Amino acid sequence: MEVAPLPWPEGMRVELLFWSGCPSHPAALADLRQAMAEQKLDPGTIVLREIQTQAQAELEHFVGSPTIRIDGVDVQSPGGEPPGLTCRIYRRRDGRISPTPDPADLRDALRAEPISIVERSV
Amino acid sequence: MTALGGPAPAFALPDTDGNIHEPGGAPATVVVFTCNHCPYALAWHGRIVAVARDYREQGVRVLAVNPNDAERYPRDSLEAMRARVERGEFEGVPYLRDESQDVARAYGAKTTPDVFVLDAAGVLRYRGAPDGDHDDPAQNAALLRSALDAVLDGRDPDPGETPPVGCSIKWRT
Repeated sequence: MEVAPLPWPEGMRVELLFWSGCPSHPAALADLRQAMAEQKLDPGTIVLREIQTQAQAELEHFVGSPTIRIDGVDVQSPGGEPPGLTCRIYRRRDGRISPTPDPADLRDALRAEPISIVERSV
Repeated sequence: MTALGGPAPAFALPDTDGNIHEPGGAPATVVVFTCNHCPYALAWHGRIVAVARDYREQGVRVLAVNPNDAERYPRDSLEAMRARVERGEFEGVPYLRDESQDVARAYGAKTTPDVFVLDAAGVLRYRGAPDGDHDDPAQNAALLRSALDAVLDGRDPDPGETPPVGCSIKWRT
């Protein structure tokens, strides 16, 4: 029997913000789609947003491309990085530096989000 | 812009201590455009330093050149470059500042990293990525090593050119 993807709870939003000057967002999007599919979530709900100017980056607190937010929460803390049109530096769980988040971090963030929704509703 | 098989542009650039370095005077010279803030450059960095270490006995020189606009990208400032050198991240590799960006322009560098291999006569023999996957340390800068082996052997590297992969060079506006 085929299992249909679960819809996001109302109000939940998965966003991938990117700057076209950095080549890493297609790989990050593929990883995000894969992580969502594994959680039986619909990858078609991902909202892609292109950041084109420094002013936009500052407005959106965009510290580099790609930036993935689940219901507004960054999958990896941006720390003290300044907003800007640049490639973002991620650290994989094995310590390696990477232009994309660790897929395990994406999966954990997706799993964690419904819990946070419940916590907020209490 | 430097063409494969043609003479690579001469340059003289300061390292983080102000010492001037020029390509040449070696059986092969690697000029790699790199920086501090790009995850691709950082992911490949250890592999490039390993190449410098592994080919030192054969006389190969590796010069790292940072051409990025440090005003817009403060992580690429001379001070930030010096901090990395002082942390020992550039062992055996002078880290040069291309303040005017003239050298990057002359080479036609596109990204960080962008690797150029010159032979003893200063002819460009390889240009492109260090290896096929920034995310796979096991690739061990295989394209760069293969190019160096060919040049040291008097052969044409195959491939002579691969697409550079990384962050765009941050030109002054």
